[in-house]
Amino acid sequence: MTAVITTAAGIARGVRSGEYPAARVLEEYLARIAAHEDRIGAFLLVAQERARAAAEAIDARVAAGEDPGLLAGVPLAVKDALCLAGLPTTAGSKILQGWHPPYTATAVARLEEAGAVVVGKTNLDEFAMGSSNENSAYKVCRNPRGLDRVPGGSSGGSAAAVAAGFASVAIGSDTGGSIRQPASLCGVVGMKPTYGRVSRYGLIAFASSLDQIGPLAGTVEDAALVYQSMAGADPMDATSIPGDLPDVLSGVKEGREAGIAGMRVALVTELCEMEGTDPTVARVFEETVKKLEKSGAVLVEVSVPSLVHALSAYYLIAPAECSSNLARFDGVRFGLREAGDDVEAMNRATREAGFGPEVKRRIMLGTYALSSGYIDAYYGKAQRIRTLVIRDLEAAFTQADVLLSPTSPTVAFPLGARTDDPMSMYISDICTIPANLAGIPALSLPCGTDDAGLPVGLQVMAPVLSESLLFRVACAAETLIGALPPVLL
Amino acid sequence: MSAVASDPCVDYEAVIGLEVHAELKTKTKMFCGCRNEFGAKPNTNVCPVCLGLPGALPVTNRKAIELAVRFGAAVDAKIGRAVFHRKNYFYPDMPKDFQITQYDEPINAGGKVEILDAGALHTIHLTRAHLEEDTGKSQHQGVSGRIHDATSTLIDYNRAGVPLLEIVSEPDIRTPDQAKQYVNELRAVLGFLDISDVKMEEGSMRVDANVSVRPVGAEAFGVKVEVKNMNSVRSLVRALTYEIERQTVVYREGGRIVQETRHWEEEDGRTHSMRSKEEAADYRYFPEPDLVPITLDQAWIEAISAEVPGVFPSRRAVQLAEQYGFDLDRVASVVYTPGLCDWVEAEIAIGADPLRSLNWASQEVMAHLNETGGEVAGLALSKGVFADLSSLIDDGTLSKKLAREVLTEVLVSGKSPRTVVSEKGLAQISDESELERIVAEVIGANPETIEKIRAGNKKVVGFLVGQVMKATKGAANPEAVHRLIDSRL
Amino acid sequence: MSISREDVLHVAKLARLALSEEEISLFTVQLGDILNHAAAACALDTEGVPPTAHPVPIAHLLREDEPRPSLARGLVLEEAPAVEADRFRVPRILDET
Repeated sequence: MTAVITTAAGIARGVRSGEYPAARVLEEYLARIAAHEDRIGAFLLVAQERARAAAEAIDARVAAGEDPGLLAGVPLAVKDALCLAGLPTTAGSKILQGWHPPYTATAVARLEEAGAVVVGKTNLDEFAMGSSNENSAYKVCRNPRGLDRVPGGSSGGSAAAVAAGFASVAIGSDTGGSIRQPASLCGVVGMKPTYGRVSRYGLIAFASSLDQIGPLAGTVEDAALVYQSMAGADPMDATSIPGDLPDVLSGVKEGREAGIAGMRVALVTELCEMEGTDPTVARVFEETVKKLEKSGAVLVEVSVPSLVHALSAYYLIAPAECSSNLARFDGVRFGLREAGDDVEAMNRATREAGFGPEVKRRIMLGTYALSSGYIDAYYGKAQRIRTLVIRDLEAAFTQADVLLSPTSPTVAFPLGARTDDPMSMYISDICTIPANLAGIPALSLPCGTDDAGLPVGLQVMAPVLSESLLFRVACAAETLIGALPPVLL
Repeated sequence: MSAVASDPCVDYEAVIGLEVHAELKTKTKMFCGCRNEFGAKPNTNVCPVCLGLPGALPVTNRKAIELAVRFGAAVDAKIGRAVFHRKNYFYPDMPKDFQITQYDEPINAGGKVEILDAGALHTIHLTRAHLEEDTGKSQHQGVSGRIHDATSTLIDYNRAGVPLLEIVSEPDIRTPDQAKQYVNELRAVLGFLDISDVKMEEGSMRVDANVSVRPVGAEAFGVKVEVKNMNSVRSLVRALTYEIERQTVVYREGGRIVQETRHWEEEDGRTHSMRSKEEAADYRYFPEPDLVPITLDQAWIEAISAEVPGVFPSRRAVQLAEQYGFDLDRVASVVYTPGLCDWVEAEIAIGADPLRSLNWASQEVMAHLNETGGEVAGLALSKGVFADLSSLIDDGTLSKKLAREVLTEVLVSGKSPRTVVSEKGLAQISDESELERIVAEVIGANPETIEKIRAGNKKVVGFLVGQVMKATKGAANPEAVHRLIDSRL
Repeated sequence: MSISREDVLHVAKLARLALSEEEISLFTVQLGDILNHAAAACALDTEGVPPTAHPVPIAHLLREDEPRPSLARGLVLEEAPAVEADRFRVPRILDET
């Protein structure tokens, strides 16, 4: 195949103008999936026929003189934690095997309305709990840029799908870094919006006060297009932010054309000088910062002292919420049921058989953190630390427009390297967790590779509701560094 | 140690607190748009939200908040910031395996309800009145239909998510009769203000009781027992009477009361110990992350408060008794019926006799309502029924007895009292000279008829009587007319 | 901060998980490790710091009391592990609420 167009912006332009039929675009992607997916394991389900029908409908609309929207004909991969009526949804768990949700997540519905063509449901850590995709109950997902490496997680399948050219763009969910960390490890752009910017309706909840749906894409502009198409208030999600959605595409344009001269960018001491950071990651990050400085950004350093405790707070709050959110998987109304003499025995057997070890570990931890006698010491304390993190970050944003850090302290690690020690896995999220605790938007973009070609991610964090600024800075950085194209195995 | 000594000479008193659950009269459920209706086909009023399907989110019903505030305003509660919490416990009738309820920040805190007790007002303080969601309905399959010997249970989730107001009283109640008065008072207030249907038989109002006994004069409370499963005011009184006696006997015999939940069984008239749990429940309450705190607009609260009239029937009964010298018991029988007291007062205002009006309302009207199962609002009556009846008695048209007959007919037919009097000929013309004059006129005007009568044709007397009735527009007493005609001829 | 085997059993009961012997031992160690890692955070003085339950303050969204279509019953019951008489069937319930 020659001159493959992989950017969503390019595809949508071609499809809207009638130059490339959506059906043809889709077949190119389906062909790559057919050829290489068994080596990657990005998908739990490829919805070929449904996608073909959708692409044909887009082409028919173009032929009829209609405009199918910003994402016309763009192949989209959807993390299997999001409901799509008519397709099975598993959340990567045996407990939901064979479940067909009777409704569609708001974010997915909006992307389809904007012309995106869903190619499939992507692999993930069970219930989005994990940082390597190794907690999927169904299959291994490999990093397209190093097949012995993890893709990161929990949205590992979505990141791998974009990196492998199986989808032009993807969506995932990010509770503690589950979009940004796999984006970093797979060398794609991944973005977590401000908490409440994208409706969570239809996203199978992990930790409700931390979960956000966001885009994964090959370029910053594509991520912005996906964000713009799915964000905005939703009457079905009481935590979605009311009011009109500002246009972030102008921020992308500004970043590309005007750059970031004069903008104050801050290095966060606690995240940049961390023990355990890969020397290569540190070097690539430093080089990137120098490039930004050279292009006119004003470099400052800020300290956010409470971040030292952010990981601990996160690993109390997220499990506490998950222990409650996952109670409903009880074998009564849907999904798996294991036999039991009485209802409690049935519940226990079902949950024991249906949940994997990491999910059980977090349910246990969260139940303990909320239980009588411990709630103040654990959950209550974590909530107060969360307040400190929010305050400290607000203070940091008075000194800088955006904050920078590596997205992950390491590049993609070998499959199996961290599965025996939960704590070592949890530490993968140390740079990404603060944005979830504070609800601020953050984005990871590729900023270089190590000697083996494994990508390093740059994380940019912006104040609450400053998506436009975030995309502007990210686009400026991408213009300086250059985007990392898909592998196209 | 228990405050209760085992001395057979000691008199005991009960300490009772009631928890009343009232289903709110909304069109839809608490957190979704499914219908809130009684008696629909099983599992037809359900959606992803009230079924607790993965990914679904709650959105609060404005009307439920408004009805809760209306109640709070009526009972003079502190209405303020409200926070929904999750109460976590597994039960198959609860779809999410947690209940969304309010915990340390209920929408209504404090407040009071006044009841009639021994001819005076008595105040029962409220702890709180908070919002929560109802559970589904279980149907136990087995020989008895009861949970104890059931082999399986069938669940209908139509009721799951119906809004409930849980009204918790302080332990201010001392006797079963006070409990009855309290429930009647609440039912009236909830009904008058259109907050709830308050049908205990249909379960739209449910009452649980916390009961302990202690020696008269003791300050400390005895061990508290929770009594459930009373489905009418009558069974509440029976259950409390039984339970107080049971506990008193246990103490008198030197025994101990254990803190437990007991089920009232209507059939055998006893409370039964329920299977006790091995350990105390640990509900792990924490703030519902899918719903932010509710802060109510003060002006809105004031607007609702302004619409809530002085609705306490007990207070109204005392006021009316004082104002008109009514017997309190008789007023009490009127004030608890919606609209009846308003009607009586309106009639008094336009000239009806107060005491007669009260008696008519408490006897004929109540009898009619009981017989037809109707409501005051459903009676198609013109204004001034009691006022007209009063003047018909005053001008001698009707005796008191006749007036009651007329009223009964008025209630059935919807006609005015005067119409009923003339149609039924119930009026009595007491002025004989006036009647004699008319009889003389009729005789004078019908010489041919007189001839026939004198010739022995007694049948045509009826014609003369009819002429007199016509001339008096039916107001003459036919017997008197016969007598006068006979004496003339 | 360590966690005992009894704690693990108690929590497993609350969470309705029928853990294996192996899992009980493993979780006793692992949960202890995680809580140890959190010890410094839990020792932090947060006197006077309010808790945060929602990161971005917004007004409570209220829905008008207007009915919306419910799901077709067939669609609902199709997913259920056991159904009888148009209701969800579960084994007998031992404890009452």
